[in-house]
Amino acid sequence: MSSGPLLTVRDLGVSFTAEEGVVRAVDGVTFDLLPGEVLAVVGESGCGKSVMAMTLMGLTRFPNARFEGTAHYKGLELIDAGEEELRRIRGAEIAMIFQDPMSSLNPVMRVGEQIIEQIQAHEGVPATEARERVAQLLDRVGIPRARDRVDAYPFELSGGMRQRVMIALALSCGPSVLIADEPTTALDVTIQAQILHQIQSLRDETGAAVILVTHDLGVVAEIADRIAVMYAGRIVEQGTVNAIFYDPQHPYTWGLLGSITRVDRARPERLPAIAGLPPSLADRPEGCHFRPRCPHEFDRCRDVPPLVARIDGDDDHLDRCWLPVEEKRERREVRPGEIGLGRKPGAAAA
Amino acid sequence: MSVKAEPGPGDIRRTGASKPLVEVRHLKVFFPIRQGFLVEREVGRVHAVNDVTLGIEQGETLGLVGESGCGKTTLSRAIMRLVDPTKGSIRFRGEDITEAGRRRLEPMRREMQMVFQDPFASLNPRKRVGQIIRMPLRLHGAPRDEAPDRVRELLRRVGLHPEHANRYPHEFSGGQRQRIGVARALALEPSLIVLDEPVSALDVSVQAQIINLLDDLQDDMGLTYLFVAHDLSVVRHISDRIAVMYLGKLMEVSPAQELYSKPIHPYTSALLTAIPIPDPEANRRRGRVAAGGGGTPRGGVAVVGGEPPNPVDPPSGCVFHPRCPRATELCREVEPPLARYRGGHLAACHHPLNVSREETVATTRDPSSPLSAGDVLPDGAAAEGSLGTS
Repeated sequence: MSSGPLLTVRDLGVSFTAEEGVVRAVDGVTFDLLPGEVLAVVGESGCGKSVMAMTLMGLTRFPNARFEGTAHYKGLELIDAGEEELRRIRGAEIAMIFQDPMSSLNPVMRVGEQIIEQIQAHEGVPATEARERVAQLLDRVGIPRARDRVDAYPFELSGGMRQRVMIALALSCGPSVLIADEPTTALDVTIQAQILHQIQSLRDETGAAVILVTHDLGVVAEIADRIAVMYAGRIVEQGTVNAIFYDPQHPYTWGLLGSITRVDRARPERLPAIAGLPPSLADRPEGCHFRPRCPHEFDRCRDVPPLVARIDGDDDHLDRCWLPVEEKRERREVRPGEIGLGRKPGAAAA
Repeated sequence: MSVKAEPGPGDIRRTGASKPLVEVRHLKVFFPIRQGFLVEREVGRVHAVNDVTLGIEQGETLGLVGESGCGKTTLSRAIMRLVDPTKGSIRFRGEDITEAGRRRLEPMRREMQMVFQDPFASLNPRKRVGQIIRMPLRLHGAPRDEAPDRVRELLRRVGLHPEHANRYPHEFSGGQRQRIGVARALALEPSLIVLDEPVSALDVSVQAQIINLLDDLQDDMGLTYLFVAHDLSVVRHISDRIAVMYLGKLMEVSPAQELYSKPIHPYTSALLTAIPIPDPEANRRRGRVAAGGGGTPRGGVAVVGGEPPNPVDPPSGCVFHPRCPRATELCREVEPPLARYRGGHLAACHHPLNVSREETVATTRDPSSPLSAGDVLPDGAAAEGSLGTS
């Protein structure tokens, strides 16, 4: 268990039958989560990253949903596990931090009670002991006067404090996998920095693995070990932080990296943007889904490119793009420390 | 108003230009908190905007930045006269509109329009896009037969198809909806557009599209923007000047580029270090550490700890002192005035960063300083690094 992956996801697919047809939110997602690592799942809204994360917790089992593939956690198959089994896992083994701390805590229940409820659901701990544990947890996630705050209602706390309560709740039973779905999106930058630091130091202390779902590449650069970039339901590129940031292989990743504003650099005349919009998940283009927005499209892109290692000597860096590696390195626009979407050779530089 | 011997806070870009389009003087907006049964008593006041003086020049973009609850939205709404000021004055094209009633405001409202943060909540879901964009035209009495052409032209202008006029908002993505919001704001050919976090709800790649669009529109139409944002990364690309607000007060006002290379106020510096850099190596080099969150600074830049205090009962002296790593006894007691540095860079801090002793000694008290501020200007001793700036 020490060296093997904690969580093994293979060809995970999730689709929903909706009015506009079958919405394929997650398609052929494959990855391993190693103990103690932070895996960032990056993509724009609607790319399926949250559905993927919630599916691992069995939170997308709607009547109109269909699942494919497998997700193994410590010998248990999560995708078709029974409700009873899932209940044992949820919160205790795999815990989740949701995006919006305003709506994910019960507004009419004291925060302490909400955490005690979870502890007692999994462990036969007497109330006083559970309460003591809650006070310690709240203190550990950086809530001042933690002992008093056990009896606070969510509305009495600021957004940052509520997010800390969410983290304390997620940690209360010592999970080995923490799924954080946009944990800092709703927060101010100074608070965001504090929360990220908190997640990082808790990972260091407890050795829990973290799946961090986010659209913010700045956050990713700061705390992730590995990155999976998702586009229109598929992982289009996967690799270590350095591989993705300094040798990105997929044009979508180039565009994503190029469109972030950087405060530590001189400002460009125009912000580089990816033209067009992500496709609807109910009506995705054939072949490579990024094709209609990609300046490097060619005939082969009509076939779905598989997610495989394409760089010699780096088996961990996978991507879904038909362009030869050499060509990619030539085409993407690299200024020192910056990467742009690039242009098709021959196209006039505007 | 007063003698213009000393340049005011708005005169940085175009010295000698005409009067600023918008001028806010010592503006205060307080919201009373009432409590009690039968007879309500005022038990406190939220100091949302607490003595802000600011000018916006014709054709410039002023970025207004601060964390949630700092009063930036209230200030922008007060300028639009959507909330009533408690004290101070607001001038638009030199005319005092602080007390103006509905009738006097109407012609001015044509000239100031707003784009809101949430593209989902700010468009009526039951109206077609064409109707939404036509509404301001109708309210301000544009001839009916011209409207359809105008709507088509506006849609093209913001990068949508003219045929989209017949669709409903739900048929569009967030970025497209924000374009619709921009088209609506442009309908009356305003001179000032207040953009209240116009891209915060959008994905990064789409954010860039909208910022570029706003940039183009400004160049073509000579618009003036007040761009409100909660972090410093977005405003940089579009702003000429940036004002940083904290707890109802201005902390720093600076030409846009200089704010990033030379932040003078520790709060600005804290906001900058809090932004994660999308570059793993640079991040490691920067060695950012969190203070107050359990981490021990190891020679890196400390990320400010704590949270903004309650604006009902703002701290004495400098409002940032409880969170400031450089705070001293002076900061607790005396509110710093806005000191004017070279190049029209203003900062309200007793212990400024990134400035030499000479620069600090040469500062003057800017007339836009809050009335409650003391007369103590930074003396340069702190700038020498006695507080550990190295």
